[in-house]
Amino acid sequence: MILARPRQVSSILAGLGGARRLAVIGCQECVTVCQAGGRKEVSCLAHLLRIAGLKEGLPLMVTEATVARQCDTAYLAPLDPLVEQVEACISLGCGVGVQFIAERYPGVPVIPGVDTVGGGGTTAPGVWEERCAMCGECVLDQTAGICPVTRCAKSLLNGPCGGSSGGMCEVDPDLPCAWEMIYRRMKERKSLDDLRSIRPPKNWVSSRSGGLRRVIREDAMR
Amino acid sequence: MSFEPRIIAFCCHHCAYGAADLAGVLRLQYPANIRIIRVPCSGRVSEEHILWAFANGADGVCVSGCLEGDCHYQSGNLRAGKRVRILRNRLWDIGLEPERLRMFNISAAMGSAFIGLMQEMTDVIRALGPVAGSGGAR
Repeated sequence: MILARPRQVSSILAGLGGARRLAVIGCQECVTVCQAGGRKEVSCLAHLLRIAGLKEGLPLMVTEATVARQCDTAYLAPLDPLVEQVEACISLGCGVGVQFIAERYPGVPVIPGVDTVGGGGTTAPGVWEERCAMCGECVLDQTAGICPVTRCAKSLLNGPCGGSSGGMCEVDPDLPCAWEMIYRRMKERKSLDDLRSIRPPKNWVSSRSGGLRRVIREDAMR
Repeated sequence: MSFEPRIIAFCCHHCAYGAADLAGVLRLQYPANIRIIRVPCSGRVSEEHILWAFANGADGVCVSGCLEGDCHYQSGNLRAGKRVRILRNRLWDIGLEPERLRMFNISAAMGSAFIGLMQEMTDVIRALGPVAGSGGAR
């Protein structure tokens, strides 16, 4: 799923630019799981905005809505009559949701209510960790299912750097060295020899440097 | 006319509500500013309840649960305490004084302590003034 964390309400307020009729729009997918942008977070943010308006003596009219998926235009259509009534939207969806709302309603400012972190999952109650950097070409089959692009601070693909010490990363002593993890798992699997095989360089063209990436599946197209 | 705050007190059925009840039986007076809402456990009080109260005219909110280690649902009061602590930071972020939101831990036998806490809470909120019109965000 996509990980996100709530932004400070003060920074959202600062971005309102005088708008007083607002819609706070949540998403029932990933941001609900990481407790950043589901129905409950929508309600809490809406109340905080109302309180801020009350304090100022200029009430904010805040409407709440949560859709099944903000990254799917079909689910945004029911918002049309609501967004017509407001001067700004606050999206608690990930960066994708914010942009889909902004695309559907180009005349209405859309303020992100969360900071989108990346692809990850739940590791303990209240703890979510990144696992995928979405680099576009997966190497997990070569690295014993541990992603060095995400976990290694330098995204190294050919073993640890000189900063790895006692199995930990030099960037953060609480951060395990990805390559140490890979080495140990491969040793456990008795597949250390795989590390010796020569592989062509990873194709970074499908990563972040080539502009907008698209996934097209002809069989799913109309 | 002096400002009389509206204060919502979420009281756990097993402890804080018992303390309020005891205070009543003992004929102890406490400020009429306090509106008690009985809840099965302080852990039942979510951020939404507290924020709804502030957004709808409360000047102060307190969540009152059992003494630590005495929760009838094991850890509801600890969860409530954590929630209040985090929410106080969020209130501070929008410029609302964190003192407007408090967590109390008392037992059902502490009738007079309950009165003292409610009096103190009322004094603090009265000094802070109303939420409405108290100024822009930070």
